Amino acid sequence: MLGFDVVDLGPADHPEPGDSAPAFTRPLVTDEFWEDRSLAALVEEHDGPTVLVFTPMTGSFLAKYVWDELTARDWDERVGQVVGLTASTPYEVTRFLEDNDYPFRFFADPGNEVAESYGIAHDLDGMTGISEPRIAFFAIDAARTVESAWVATDWPEFPDYDHLETDLGLK
Amino acid sequence: MSETAEPPITFYRLQGCPFCERVARLLGEYDLDYRSRFVEPMHSDRDVVKRVAGVRTVPVIVDATTGVTMAESENIVGYLETTYGDSDADRPDAAAASAGGGD
Repeated sequence: MLGFDVVDLGPADHPEPGDSAPAFTRPLVTDEFWEDRSLAALVEEHDGPTVLVFTPMTGSFLAKYVWDELTARDWDERVGQVVGLTASTPYEVTRFLEDNDYPFRFFADPGNEVAESYGIAHDLDGMTGISEPRIAFFAIDAARTVESAWVATDWPEFPDYDHLETDLGLK
Repeated sequence: MSETAEPPITFYRLQGCPFCERVARLLGEYDLDYRSRFVEPMHSDRDVVKRVAGVRTVPVIVDATTGVTMAESENIVGYLETTYGDSDADRPDAAAASAGGGD
């Protein structure tokens, strides 16, 4: 099926449904500017679940595959609030949003500490000193409680998007 | 909950821009609550600043308390001093600000 080898990342010790999503503040990047925002404020101001989507660095095909899929599935319109997070700088995220015309906002976390706090950090083989998130989806309610979670256990591994949409109540 | 309250001052700035840093210093000096919105180096990528202030230069501040939107660091420094400063204070920043406007 896949034309390349898949690395087993093993299970991640990530927040499960019912757990509190770890709090953080990072620059939130739009196509026009970035400013510090806290996850708590973001989920609180929105009526309905926020889906926090972790992907590898911008520029990787892994990130592009995920965001192309979510754009094609109109998640910006069908899911209340979708927010990306990756281990790239705000400048790189801005370029990624513009180049691909993605209708989403991203937290920029070049140090990858947020992924670390969610238990989904992945140290890249052959890129010493660089860590990025596993592909992961967390649906979070307004009180910052995790409602559903999907985390890759292989690298690369993409979710079953239809299944994800069922979990999110989109089907 | 203070974390979710919007600060009254929105400060459009460019990383490393000396004119912006001058405004940041003064905001800090007056202990004003503000949020920083960073824009890109290319003027053509600054539609938000154009929309808000009519120019593509930064710094720009939007002060919801007074309803003032202002560009050019010299003007902003003067505005902050007049609005929030102690007029008797001897502030070297005020003199320095007249040297330039923005980036």
